[in-house]
Amino acid sequence: MANKISDETIEYVGILAKLELSGEEKENAKADMEKMLDYIDILNELDTDMAEPMSHVFPIHNVFREDAVSQADGSEDTLANAPLKKDKCFKVPKTIG
Amino acid sequence: MAKQYETVIGLEVHVELATKTKIFCSCSTEFGKAPNTHTCPVCTGMPGSLPVLNKQVVEYAMAIGLATNCEISKICKFDRKNYFYPDNPQNYQISQLYLPIARNGYVEIEAGGRKKKVRIHEMHMEEDAGKLIHDEWDDTSLVDYNRSGVPLVEIVSEPDMRSVDEVIAYLEKLRMIIQYLGASDCKLQEGSMRADVNLSVREAGTEEFGTRTEMKNLNSFKAIARAIEGERERQIELIEEGKAVVQETRRWDDNKESSHAMRSKEDAQDYRYFPEPDLVPIVISDEWIGQIRARQPELQTEKLERYKKEFDIPEYDAKIITGSKHMADIFEAASAICGKPKKVSNWLMVETLRLLKDQGMEPEEISFSPENLAKLVDLTESRAINSSVAKEVFEKIFAQDIDPEIYVEEHGLKTVNDEGALEEVIRKVIADNPKAAEDYHSGKEKALGALVGQTMKAMKGKADPGLVNRKLREMI
Repeated sequence: MANKISDETIEYVGILAKLELSGEEKENAKADMEKMLDYIDILNELDTDMAEPMSHVFPIHNVFREDAVSQADGSEDTLANAPLKKDKCFKVPKTIG
Repeated sequence: MAKQYETVIGLEVHVELATKTKIFCSCSTEFGKAPNTHTCPVCTGMPGSLPVLNKQVVEYAMAIGLATNCEISKICKFDRKNYFYPDNPQNYQISQLYLPIARNGYVEIEAGGRKKKVRIHEMHMEEDAGKLIHDEWDDTSLVDYNRSGVPLVEIVSEPDMRSVDEVIAYLEKLRMIIQYLGASDCKLQEGSMRADVNLSVREAGTEEFGTRTEMKNLNSFKAIARAIEGERERQIELIEEGKAVVQETRRWDDNKESSHAMRSKEDAQDYRYFPEPDLVPIVISDEWIGQIRARQPELQTEKLERYKKEFDIPEYDAKIITGSKHMADIFEAASAICGKPKKVSNWLMVETLRLLKDQGMEPEEISFSPENLAKLVDLTESRAINSSVAKEVFEKIFAQDIDPEIYVEEHGLKTVNDEGALEEVIRKVIADNPKAAEDYHSGKEKALGALVGQTMKAMKGKADPGLVNRKLREMI
């Protein structure tokens, strides 16, 4: 494998993804990510100088909505799945200090 | 000698656009409704829901871009900015990183008697997040998603500002442009305009930038001014002590007048941006740009010039009136009705400004109609009421937007032009004040003033002071 993932990188990715990984899981993830990067490297062998970066597959653009309200009170549906609620709000652990 | 430092400031300004609906769904953007009323599967990030872009958002963004001398991108698209926080139910914010709608603009500001350009690096469209309310009772946070998906533009300046005055001038300029375009009401207090301040200091004369910090939670011009002063002092102190400024985001607490670190770079602030797959690219043709350009309303600088030329209004007055779109609208409408722009301007410049100041109000809060101001001008000009009555009536117009014609009629405030009645009153006043009359005859001009006052009082203020003066001189 050409690509090497360092311990620091896997630690950092873990923090970003909010995952706590065991030693074994980290090693497995490292191996997986190295494989993925090797695979992506195949693309680097192609000459893409003339190609415009593509973000979307379909040749469609400018799909718009007119600015008109058509949505009624959605609070009941929105709150239907809330594990905890209070005063028509979602209740979550304290997040602002 | 102590070292001299220069403050280098760049701003990120968020502006909530005045659309009726959210950026990607047809929920209302109306402010102040019960929590989660304006929500749907799209703006709460339900799996399987699909965003569809509000065309008005693109057009407002183009209008702001053009008015701030930006280049409009021919192709632009949205990207996902990933972060985890309860105000954001999708766990990503739809924003623009790689191809924002506008770039490379500038606005001209005037601060400390000096004109300068503040460059705009770029401007992009994005969605607002929900609102967190801290619940003291059980120490939790309550989340309201009414604001989730409300359209924003973020205007990112270059680090071109050097002082509080320049920052305020820049913000006021942006606010004025955007208000004139009708693209937002730009109320800092209500959060429809918000500024994040990027600030660093460097020794005067050096070229290299110092390490900058970003300050959030600034919701008034005063808070911005205090935060800039506070952060400048904090950074200089660190440098003088030989310590390093850490690149971090700080939250300004205006009550404590100090800031604290929210997160530093070590907290893995990595948004992992990638193209938003659910929204197709936007292609902006020259024709479309032309349409938006043609629709641009007259902006403040153009209005100012026109007022000076067309209405012969002094520069200072024109600046004040056009400084608020709302005031300029009232001025133009009232002038069109009564045909006396200079008189209308006087009412705005003197009495209106006085009452605004007395009551701590902004020009945007003026609630009287141009029709009633125009009627008052007509009443005064036709001498149907005298100037002190007019002032009294204007206070009523300012407070309750009363119809001055009806008010004057109902309260019997019309000037009495019955010369016979006036003469009778004057005769009595002279008879009652023989001392004053005597003084006047012996050359004391001032004595006449007292008699005019007495006469006006007897007439309950409803006489024409000029006429009273003339009659008194004749009859004394």
